[in-house]
Amino acid sequence: MSNPAAPLLEMRGIVKEFPGVRALDGVDLEVRAGEVHCLLGQNGAGKSTLIKVLSGAHQPDSGQVLWLGEEVRLANPTAAMRLGIATIYQELDLVDGLTVAENIFLGHENARLGFSRRAEMNRAARELLGRLGHGEIPPTREVGRLPAAGKQVVSMARALSHDTRLIIMDEPSAALAHDEVDNLFRIIRELAAAGVAVIYISHRLAEIREIGDRVTVLKDGRAVAVGLPAKHTQTAEIVALMTGRTVEYSFPPRRGGAAGAGAGGPAAEVLRVAGLTLAGTFYDVSFAVHAGEILGLAGLVGSGRSEILETIYGARRASAGRVLLDGRPLRPGDTSVAVRRGMGLAPEERKSQALLLDESVASNISVASMRRYASFGWLDRRRELADVAAQVRALDIRPADPRRPVKTLSGGNQQKTVLARWLVSGRRQGDGETGPAAPLLPPRGALKVLLLDEPTRGVDVGARAELYALIRALADQGIAVLLVSSEVPEVLGLADRVLVIREGHVIHEADAAELAERDVLNMIMEGSAL
Amino acid sequence: MDAPTSQDTAPRTKQQGDRPYTRSMMMLGRLGEARHVGLVLALVILAVIGVVTQPDNFATSSNVVSILALASTIGVITVGATFVIIGGGIDLSVGAVMALASVWATTLATQSYGPYVMALCAILVGTGAGLVNGILIAYGRLVPFIATLAMLVAARGLAQRMSDRRTQLLQPENNAIESLSTTRVLGLPLVVFIFAAVALIGWLVLNRTTFGRRTFAVGGNPEAARLAGINVRRHTLLLYALSGLCCGIAAIIIMARTTTGSSTHGDLYELDAIAAVIIGGTLLTGGRGTLVGSILGLLVFTMITNLFILNGLDTSDQLIAKGVIIVIAVLLQRRGLRSPT
Repeated sequence: MSNPAAPLLEMRGIVKEFPGVRALDGVDLEVRAGEVHCLLGQNGAGKSTLIKVLSGAHQPDSGQVLWLGEEVRLANPTAAMRLGIATIYQELDLVDGLTVAENIFLGHENARLGFSRRAEMNRAARELLGRLGHGEIPPTREVGRLPAAGKQVVSMARALSHDTRLIIMDEPSAALAHDEVDNLFRIIRELAAAGVAVIYISHRLAEIREIGDRVTVLKDGRAVAVGLPAKHTQTAEIVALMTGRTVEYSFPPRRGGAAGAGAGGPAAEVLRVAGLTLAGTFYDVSFAVHAGEILGLAGLVGSGRSEILETIYGARRASAGRVLLDGRPLRPGDTSVAVRRGMGLAPEERKSQALLLDESVASNISVASMRRYASFGWLDRRRELADVAAQVRALDIRPADPRRPVKTLSGGNQQKTVLARWLVSGRRQGDGETGPAAPLLPPRGALKVLLLDEPTRGVDVGARAELYALIRALADQGIAVLLVSSEVPEVLGLADRVLVIREGHVIHEADAAELAERDVLNMIMEGSAL
Repeated sequence: MDAPTSQDTAPRTKQQGDRPYTRSMMMLGRLGEARHVGLVLALVILAVIGVVTQPDNFATSSNVVSILALASTIGVITVGATFVIIGGGIDLSVGAVMALASVWATTLATQSYGPYVMALCAILVGTGAGLVNGILIAYGRLVPFIATLAMLVAARGLAQRMSDRRTQLLQPENNAIESLSTTRVLGLPLVVFIFAAVALIGWLVLNRTTFGRRTFAVGGNPEAARLAGINVRRHTLLLYALSGLCCGIAAIIIMARTTTGSSTHGDLYELDAIAAVIIGGTLLTGGRGTLVGSILGLLVFTMITNLFILNGLDTSDQLIAKGVIIVIAVLLQRRGLRSPT
């Protein structure tokens, strides 16, 4: 039933399940030739999964994909490419050591008997780059020496080097400066004018208004709105579509009622950040966190929120500003000092930044506090083991066996292991008969500030609630907590006070109870204006 | 595997708190041994071959002593190399640094101060070269392969320059050095005890101290180690200094065994040491490994050398055999790594 009036691409009822998560729950999408179709949704709404299905990287569990009205199966990336679907991922997949032309034709080189025909390739590359308005990029230049914008153009040229009908762009503007974004838009318009369809993913509503024709909004693995006019739909309407969850998380109650938790008592100020700046990433960040308080940082990926945490912790060296812990300045750029003075960080990337994957749960828990179990470098393993075992019980890490290799644990239990790392104490605690909640507390004065970067990423719903309760319990015991999350409801539900961060600047500060999810989303998404 | 272990611990329910972990250490120990079974088996097979092919020469006390004495020089170096490799690095300069230390310790000037100063000199030169490696790698951000390759070339050159390419003999008044290899206790020369002591201390440091734990952490995931508050750079520096220290000690042993200091000592020792570490099950990517494995790996290598010499076989064939063994060992380990998970 090939139909000349059929849209270029139609997806119907796409379902994709991963263990424990239904990432796509019956998504519909319709893209016409020559349009710029924007895909919106919060983190975890299913955008990435949908793209992967479309580019042939994932196979849907059910649902149909129609290409020009005919059902197709995108069995692998090559199949998608053959139809004319090209994807430009966030992390550009270029080979730095090859030339521009070699990258553009990588995998389908113009070759005779295995010898690439360079002159031919360079000429074709120059033509493609010229079409994209970038004739100035020399095809023989090594890609590693191009700026970010140049690399993006090369990626696009590569997408066009096939006979491409549909280009998927995943947050293409995230790595670009303002004028480079303008150029990107010019290219997109030209492509659209030539009949190529573009699926454009961005969190920046202003961009979507400028470049988009229609918008599809995803939430919790479903398309909640298909094909809204991009230019005329109110921001409020879009934000309303994106917010509100079908899965409600249960957040623990704040101490002394929801309102004004920070101001409630005479809690001491533990951490003060003054004018902290990391050139090119974030600027003039100032705030204070009190004992027992959870301060949330809400912002998009790339807004500088993770970098702020890492700089406070000493994993990056600030270009200006100070960090004071208990009123005394912290030596910049030295994580071992931060740890000794009572800071702990649960970083964003659990596997690459936090865990020693080859080692046991026990080693992972004690790694940051070894000096407490050692005299002159000699480990008192008995004491170490007792503490580790107590923490494993207290945090209910399952399976409750510290000898397990940490990589065999679920995401939630791995995250608990990372938290336990900052909670183990040097003191001998209960000899085995302690109740479940008793040893949660680190000894007074050990851990003062806990920095949490996306603590619930990759954690299933049940374990989330447990982690939320745990984080709140830690705060109630006097620890100052700094929480970064891309999920606005999480920040609002868990934190006492919230800083909203956009493009490296703190643009708003308020009590969490006074903020509505849609307002925060509005603030972090609206405008790339600057 | 749960049933037997819970029986093991049944009588000690009082201390349940730390039982699982102690058990885990035993488990790991057993696993380690299991991994070493192959190496022990290889040693046994080699011994059988030795007894069969050379019934009169192989199983003699003098041959056993010569195997151990031969192993002790590279053995000490292997201990240092194990630390460096578990810590995620590589040290190619070990043989050259040992040669330099032996030359520096046997110059007439150094020798005039007597044997103790000579030994100290060897240790300081070795440690100093290791520190230079460590500074270049940890603070100069050079790739370990390149930094230690440069040290290999430069240390060898410096040794040649200092010795004028001549073999420097121990002066008669410094016999004390030579006596390390001629004096025997319980039938074994003292150098073997030096090796044993270095290996034992190395094992304790690797398995029972914060330094050892940090070595595994730094090699396994340097970023995670840094974010856990470990000073990764300083630790890396110390690892190379430790390797250099071992080279210094090895220089004393080679001086004792050959009564010379020479720029040609320790040629290709780096390859033997690295091969022994790898055969012993240590991952070249860091974060995993055992010292016991390295030493067993070294003994396998040394015994092969001994067998080839006793049987009057070509040294070229010996090299081929070693190459084959490296490949087989690594292939077997890869299978071993996959199966438990």
